[in-house]
Amino acid sequence: MTLHTPASDTRGSAPADAAESLPATLRRNAPLVPLDTASGRALVAVIAILTFLAALCAGAAELVSASSAQWRSSVAREATIQVRPRQGRDIEADVARAAAVARAAPGVQEVRATSHEESARLLEPWLGAGLDFGELPVPRIVVVRLGEGPRPDLAPLRRALAEGVPGATLDDHAQWLARLSTMAATVVGVGVGLVVLVIAAAGLAVAFATRGAMAGNREVVEVLHFVGAEDDYIARAFQRRFFQLGLVGGGIGGLAALAAIGGAGALAAAWRASPAGDQIEALFGAFAIGWRGIAIVVLIALAVSAVAGAMSRITVRQHLAAAG
Amino acid sequence: MKALENQDFASTAAPVVRFENVGVRYGLGPEVLHDLSFTVEPRSFQFLTGPSGAGKTTLLRLILLSVKPTRGLVSLFGQEVAGISKQALTGLRRRMGVVFQDFRLLDHLTTYENVALPLRVQGKEESAYRAEVVELLRWVGLGERMHVLPPVLSGGEKQRAAIARALIARPDLLLADEPTGNVDPPLARRLLRLFIEMNRLGTSVVIATHDFGLMDQVDARRLVLGDGELHIDA
Repeated sequence: MTLHTPASDTRGSAPADAAESLPATLRRNAPLVPLDTASGRALVAVIAILTFLAALCAGAAELVSASSAQWRSSVAREATIQVRPRQGRDIEADVARAAAVARAAPGVQEVRATSHEESARLLEPWLGAGLDFGELPVPRIVVVRLGEGPRPDLAPLRRALAEGVPGATLDDHAQWLARLSTMAATVVGVGVGLVVLVIAAAGLAVAFATRGAMAGNREVVEVLHFVGAEDDYIARAFQRRFFQLGLVGGGIGGLAALAAIGGAGALAAAWRASPAGDQIEALFGAFAIGWRGIAIVVLIALAVSAVAGAMSRITVRQHLAAAG
Repeated sequence: MKALENQDFASTAAPVVRFENVGVRYGLGPEVLHDLSFTVEPRSFQFLTGPSGAGKTTLLRLILLSVKPTRGLVSLFGQEVAGISKQALTGLRRRMGVVFQDFRLLDHLTTYENVALPLRVQGKEESAYRAEVVELLRWVGLGERMHVLPPVLSGGEKQRAAIARALIARPDLLLADEPTGNVDPPLARRLLRLFIEMNRLGTSVVIATHDFGLMDQVDARRLVLGDGELHIDA
């Protein structure tokens, strides 16, 4: 602006390079909506807690999902032939024949028939030790290990066994696999549901906080209107503020969740030799969520921040539209 | 001081402000302003005066469209404002600069940021308006206070910052509510000269004041409010 200031007003003759003599510390573009307020800090804490819970849910679901995939792949690579003793037949010959039929089947990598003693040992937990199993018609097991790659069709093997070895049945573990899949899918589904609920709760918390911030900054909003700011400009100012708060809260919550999962993994490793540790390891594997799990936690933190920003913007737009 | 002659320019252009039989009441109470009819011509300079509580601030808020008239017709820059869209309202407000009696500076922004606000909300880059803002701040005597937050400023400094904020975007219409109420007479004269200079550059100026000493320095039209009615002393 070039003002034709009177000659006596020496202060008015500003040098052309006025901007260059600005103090280096001069703040020039501070957020239009104040950031560091008590309510802002409380919201950061709420978002951090919600993100922490969501990330824990997602991490646990990811652990179970990864472990169940391991269980399923190892169970799916095996099948079992059960040979029942029949009167008038030689059980050893039937077992040997069943093993031979299995070896001849396509896709079978290894076949191992359990001995009579091994089969008897399998019954010990139910019948007790010290019994003479020699007189009992103990069924015999032939473990069939399948090759790598896609699971072969076991129907021809089942037919060949039915024709060649009376009393032999093939268990391909399909039922067990289906149960495992259902269990894993349920855990993952519950985890996803909880994450969605927690993100929705974070969104609602931000909506309430935005209303509070609008009330607390009514003067700011009014002045912004008077100096020519559009509603969308004001909404974006609030969105930026709440996105920043969401990022801080989400970052704290996400890091805390990663630290908690890492700490739990370290504890599990320390207890590995104990029975409890074995159970934990059986359920959650090595208790490490890997890069995929870390990516999920980061995504949740970002999603919470994005939801915080979007909710605040929507809330401000609605509020300003209602205010006319 | 010499009489302002700018009114002569304005005859062909649409009035900056046009009120016809405007009345205002708050809620179900009596009308606080009634039958206001006047125009503010382009490049004109006028005082709005009257005793305290006469409705000067309400009239300024009517022009600023932050108070809606209960009846009558209000036009700004040739555009009737009844049922105006929000976008159009923003466009009109960008053509106005306003100095509030209570300054309305944002306490979390520096003096520099407060003064730059009208340009910033228009989406302009900070580097594009930096020199202009600094020049104006120095001219109103706030060159050394640009990095300070308003709570630290004195009343007079706040007033000058508010005036600078109103002027920075070179508005077509300047509304000032008691703009010299908190400054000493020499500074008041200096600020008045700033308003006159803005007027010479083409801005229509309405200054609400009950300071006769200030009004006597300029031979300008006076809009006098009393008992809710407006009289014009040419």
